Amino acid sequence: MRTSLPTKIALWALAVVVSAWLVFPSIIVIPLSFTDKASLVFPPSGWSPRWYERFFSNPAWTMALGNSLLIGLLVAVLATILGTLAAFSLRALRNRSLANALKLGLLAPMIMPGIIIAIGLYALFLKLGWVGTLHGFVFAHTVLALPFTVIAITVGLAGFDAQLEQAALSLGANPLSTFFWVTLPNVLPSMISGALFAFVTSFDEVLLSLFIKSPYLNTLPVLMYSSVTRNTDPTLAAAATLIMVITTVLVITGLILSGRKKHASVL
Amino acid sequence: MSLASEGARRRTWSTVRPLLLLLPAYALLIGVFAYPVLDSMWRSVTEPTAGWGNYAWALGSSGNLAVIGRTFGNALFATMVCVVLGFPFAYLMVISAPRTRAILIAITLVPFWTSLMIRTFAWIVILQDRGIVNSLLAGIGLGPLELLRTNTGVLIGLAHVLMPFMILPLYATMNSIDLRLIMAARSLGASPFSAFWRIFVPLSVPGLAAGSLLVFIQALGFYITPALLGSPADSMLAQSIYSQVNGLLAWGRGGALGVILLTVTLVLLGAVALLIRIGHRRDVSVGIPGQ
Repeated sequence: MRTSLPTKIALWALAVVVSAWLVFPSIIVIPLSFTDKASLVFPPSGWSPRWYERFFSNPAWTMALGNSLLIGLLVAVLATILGTLAAFSLRALRNRSLANALKLGLLAPMIMPGIIIAIGLYALFLKLGWVGTLHGFVFAHTVLALPFTVIAITVGLAGFDAQLEQAALSLGANPLSTFFWVTLPNVLPSMISGALFAFVTSFDEVLLSLFIKSPYLNTLPVLMYSSVTRNTDPTLAAAATLIMVITTVLVITGLILSGRKKHASVL
Repeated sequence: MSLASEGARRRTWSTVRPLLLLLPAYALLIGVFAYPVLDSMWRSVTEPTAGWGNYAWALGSSGNLAVIGRTFGNALFATMVCVVLGFPFAYLMVISAPRTRAILIAITLVPFWTSLMIRTFAWIVILQDRGIVNSLLAGIGLGPLELLRTNTGVLIGLAHVLMPFMILPLYATMNSIDLRLIMAARSLGASPFSAFWRIFVPLSVPGLAAGSLLVFIQALGFYITPALLGSPADSMLAQSIYSQVNGLLAWGRGGALGVILLTVTLVLLGAVALLIRIGHRRDVSVGIPGQ
């Protein structure tokens, strides 16, 4: 379809503005984290790594980073195990409408407004004494991460030819070795990409964590949130940049792996 | 044991065995998601006393009505901003060459990459009294504008965060529109504007509706962005729920506000599902009208 030149210019002008609006807030923290001043003025007048030194020399920040990494890792493992079992179960169910209903149930945490989950969990965790505990954080974040692993692994399984399993069984492999030598290697890339998205979900989570944190157990986004409300110093920009670098690396790895599964083959 | 009952048992086992694999996931889902959500609904009609008192409070006090009104108003405004900016952007994606289109899609996806917390923090830096916007305004002799801790700041942040949820469904719908229909309209004498307005725009309505509802629903439940970019006087529904529960430990009132939010969300989600279904049906039946 042909578009007249003035229309095209107007569209492009608008697209540039919208693009800047979408992208700018995502990348501005990177130069700000290297500023030499103690204020967040953009563009910075000089460059210095001192805010990273301050980040890594402050135990509050490093402990929060350590907690976030540990919780994210445990969430990734738990959500991937639960999601894998669930995806295999959904595939094996003969009754498709039952399978679809059960899958919808697993995806429910995605559509529920976060604040509603948060107040419910807060009440439960107060009752159980789980506020500010590691397992409390892991369970809460796993609920939010589970939909992502279920989706990733279901999609991975859908692209896997089940006849390969039949072939292995008919050639004398027992069900267990069929699973480990035929099924698992083919589904592994989508399991890893699901795990990475689960990690990122936990690593970025703020709202639930605000309710279930304690002075003794805090995550990096929560510490950012509470520091922002008090004062904004460039250490926050350094923290934000670190979060961005970690999530970007993981998301790109996840995308590469989920793209590669199409070429996966029998081991 | 007879062969028949042995067969029946095996059939039952083949249905039950897959369900066993679902058990761990559902145990977590029921214990840490369904039970807490249902429990806070239950509390909304039982705490501090049994009855509908919390709902009378939630929908009866002028303060709450103002919060609910502001929440809907902000969600509606953010949705309109997303439509006005997102529609031409998605249109440009559709008419661009594949490589340009890939770049525009990547730009739309960038916000998904960075966490909400980081982008909200960036908006604080951009909108603050001596931030980028105000120094640009000062450069041309204007300002300073008070943006941070105002409802304007909240709206800017909301529309930014939700924009991709408008652009992506719009793009998906527009991409499936047969552009030859517009050429046909042009060759039959329609002006470029009327071909666009009377053929292209109506065909993109399913994407527009799905995107608008997605943006609107999410805007209703937002917490982090309004809490950090707005002032307590401009609080939205999720902030009220937060302060009732976390500050005042008023579980019943917080629960009632939560149920109101959830009800509106589910009704609107039902509308999205319906619209998508209608959209699919239209995709099949679109032809040249009036023949």
